[in-house]
Amino acid sequence: MSYLSKAFLVAAALSLAACSGAGRFDDTSAGAAGYAGTAQDPSSPLYFQQTVGDRVLFTVDQSNLTREAMAILDGQAQWLMQNAGFNVVIEGHADEQGTREYNLALGARRANAVREYLVSKGVAASRLDTVSYGKERPLEICSEEACYAKNRRAVTVVSAGGLS
Amino acid sequence: MTRYFLVLLMALLMPAAPILAQDGGPLRIEITEGVIEPLPYAVPDFVADSVSGREYARQITAVVASDLNGTGLFRQIPSDAHIARVTSFSSPIQFSDWKAINAQALITGAVSVDDVGKLVVQFRLYDIFAGQEIGQGLQFVGTQEGWRRMAHKVADQVYSRLTGETPYFDSRVVFISETGPKDARQKRLAIMDYDGANVTYLTDSQSLVLAPRFSPNGDRVLYTSYESGHPRIYVLDVASAGRRVLETREGSMSFSPRFAPDGRTVVYSLTQGGNTDLFAMDIASGRSQRLTTSPAIETAPSFSPDGRHIVFESDRSGTPQLYIMPATGGEATRISFGQGRYGTPVWSPRGDLIAFTKQSKGRFHIGVMRTDGSEERLLTASFLDEGPTWSPNGRVIMFTRETQGAQGISGLYSVDITGRNLRPVQTPTGASDPSWSPLQD
Repeated sequence: MSYLSKAFLVAAALSLAACSGAGRFDDTSAGAAGYAGTAQDPSSPLYFQQTVGDRVLFTVDQSNLTREAMAILDGQAQWLMQNAGFNVVIEGHADEQGTREYNLALGARRANAVREYLVSKGVAASRLDTVSYGKERPLEICSEEACYAKNRRAVTVVSAGGLS
Repeated sequence: MTRYFLVLLMALLMPAAPILAQDGGPLRIEITEGVIEPLPYAVPDFVADSVSGREYARQITAVVASDLNGTGLFRQIPSDAHIARVTSFSSPIQFSDWKAINAQALITGAVSVDDVGKLVVQFRLYDIFAGQEIGQGLQFVGTQEGWRRMAHKVADQVYSRLTGETPYFDSRVVFISETGPKDARQKRLAIMDYDGANVTYLTDSQSLVLAPRFSPNGDRVLYTSYESGHPRIYVLDVASAGRRVLETREGSMSFSPRFAPDGRTVVYSLTQGGNTDLFAMDIASGRSQRLTTSPAIETAPSFSPDGRHIVFESDRSGTPQLYIMPATGGEATRISFGQGRYGTPVWSPRGDLIAFTKQSKGRFHIGVMRTDGSEERLLTASFLDEGPTWSPNGRVIMFTRETQGAQGISGLYSVDITGRNLRPVQTPTGASDPSWSPLQD
């Protein structure tokens, strides 16, 4: 879980996409405009990201949720219910195996699987947006399964909508 | 003339069957391990009547030769081997001197700048062994800035006269320019000549952009951009670079667009609630129509040249495979049945073949098959090849190749539909997602 060690700020997908610097795709600090708070504050996005867990991983070509993924999403749903001021963009991603077009559609399936699960746990659908990046935003760059496994992901990005 | 025509045409059309060397005739096409011996030709520097004309003459001659050599069908005899010197465009040709160095075709030309500053390019093509001109001499007049296009037009004429094929050199490619490492990659929409010259950028790198596609007459480009935060399809006017979004449905994403042959309809993928289906939109009215309804992924649609059918990719069988359906939707017929996963089908401009990306045993291939799925041939193999696009004459395929590993970068390659003549297309940055324009007017 090396991504947890990196300095994170939480930004909406929009500011992430608008970031024109050369920063890594998971390093959103360059474009962050939102409120992140501290990891000690249980109502902060940073706490959500680091302690609740902001992402779930998928097996090759699949968009169904593993038992492990569901446990993380249970925590996300609970946090979102307790922190009603935050909205969410769920980003779906794929590894580099597969064509660009297919991976875009696959990432959308993954983001939607997370969305539907959160809705089933009581999070208002109106708070949940989804976007797919396909294979365009890898976190890990080696061409091996160790990297692919971390890139096949759906990341729940909370934005401090009403609180900023 | 006839011999050149026939032998080269045979070489082009029957790649799988070796063509036997002909006994007795002056032309010998020799096959060595499936490689055709290219036709030797000479193109002495075009003559010029002024200093400024001389520089253009040298550069135009070089581009003509580069176009012809790049096909793999022709072999240029270097000028230091030439015996005869062409010092005047109107002088008689010393056929024996060209025969002595085994040139089978000769191209001569002249370049001048006229009173109003226009560039004038003339050329003639000769069959050395027959001792006569092939076709008539031609003259092109254009702006000085347009000298490369005039060179491509000369090469197009030569290619066409010697092969009997329609040409493709005076054409452009729209593509995605890529810079930066894999985990911080910047992408911009860019356009260039087919040979990588004259690159112009159409967008900045603020927003992720993907997979541009030319309109049938080359005046517009469809592409996907994340500038709204979600992937959406835009249409861009090439001349003005003005653009507008096409599909704005709330809570959706749209991608993988392609024009119908009439240039008025766009077929594309629309994702709603995690499910990706195919839609067709009338550009003028913005009205769209759903073409597929399966819960599977349907993407990468491409029209047949007559506009009556669409080939696309779907995983309704469990893995991505290729299907053909009527352009208005309806029952689809699966055409890919080989081992592996198939994607990004593109109908050839001739209508007879479908190019595709195939993933099998951890490798990627660009391949072609007939429209009923028969006669599948894989043309390339690498860690990651994808996204084929056809040359305007349907003889060459350009595609994206990405290298493996943390330092992996994307570049453009082209390959003949025979599988011969694989070569990189030079671009100033990394590049992906090429789309080849029609032949320019």
